[in-house]
Amino acid sequence: MADVEPIVGRYLRMSLGGRPHRVYFEEAGGGLPLVCLHTAGADGRQFRHLLNDAEVTRHFRVIAFDMPWHGKSLPPPGWQDEEYALTTRGYVDLVLSFCAALGLDRPVVLGCSIGGKIVLELARLHATTFRALIGLESADYQAPWYDDTGWLHRPDVHGGEIAGALMSGLIAPQSPSETRWDTLWMYMQGGPGVFKGDLVFYRADGDFRDRVGEIDTTRCPLYLLTGEYDFSCTPEDTERTAAKIKGARVTVMKEIGHFPMSEHPAQFRRYILPVLEDIRARG
Amino acid sequence: MIAAVLDRLADLVNADAALVRRGRHLSTTFLVETGATAWLVTVHEGRVTRLERGPFLLRAFSFAVRASEDAWQRFWAPVPAAGWHDLFAMTKGGHARVEGDLRPLMANLRYVKEVLAKPRRSA
Repeated sequence: MADVEPIVGRYLRMSLGGRPHRVYFEEAGGGLPLVCLHTAGADGRQFRHLLNDAEVTRHFRVIAFDMPWHGKSLPPPGWQDEEYALTTRGYVDLVLSFCAALGLDRPVVLGCSIGGKIVLELARLHATTFRALIGLESADYQAPWYDDTGWLHRPDVHGGEIAGALMSGLIAPQSPSETRWDTLWMYMQGGPGVFKGDLVFYRADGDFRDRVGEIDTTRCPLYLLTGEYDFSCTPEDTERTAAKIKGARVTVMKEIGHFPMSEHPAQFRRYILPVLEDIRARG
Repeated sequence: MIAAVLDRLADLVNADAALVRRGRHLSTTFLVETGATAWLVTVHEGRVTRLERGPFLLRAFSFAVRASEDAWQRFWAPVPAAGWHDLFAMTKGGHARVEGDLRPLMANLRYVKEVLAKPRRSA
């Protein structure tokens, strides 16, 4: 019998910013919807281990989409003359529109890095839309570790090679070789300028230091989990953010870097399963 | 200790065929500083062809990677601690500096990072 995984991939046609888009998503399981947001310059394959985890999918309908311009989601028509840049408003609209288009009832959203950051804005502005919010490698602000994102998109430096080489440092040394290199391969495959465009949100537009204090976790629980080896969004960045949000729950994950679900799935599930269990217990 | 590690760098790199292949588009001389000691590493098409120990007077190089002896020791630990596990983790933390013409470094970043980390496995 063929060794076929339970993950199913489909395309969703939806309008974003008044323009037609075709968004690829994968899903597995049944129960509470759990929408997963990938990191900058990557795609939904980062969640393939979560999508294949029977402990998760027997209680959750796990859904991971590729953002427009990423993975199997094409850029919108006319992209060839544009410089891609992710904005806070555009990202919030993307998540809300995707969940509405699929008719998801109070989904849980789990996002990592840029996905972890947008979770903070979802918590602030749309708390009642969601059952719970989970931010991985999430902070209201994180100091940059290189000044010039121009290195990511120029003709004399290969964009895929440099993205992979930069991101390699954000993976914990304990992460297994296979999943380390899976994670880097996704970075090496990004379209020109897309990673750089995502970082506009991560570094500039998504500076939420002046507003995370407005988050009300009594309306929607907020979990923040950060890997000890992440020097992009450090555990201190997450703890400083959580200190401004009454009721936010912080976990520092040992032997994990910036890509928990992708770089070291076995270690990550030790931390995420209790969170998902907690969310289920709340009903 | 550091000197012994860096003395072996050329052999470690040149014995790794995949690493040499990865660096086949890089020919340059870069400087590695370990505390008070400086080293010039000359690479030709991915092979380390010359390794010189300073002090140097009026010698040219493309880029420099500078850190204290203690920082390099932490970086080369078999399982480095968080903050000491990557060159740019160390630069962000103020434990290393990368200076000069960064284009050859950035265009060959995986190669250079793996060359600098090469002593780790044999540490």
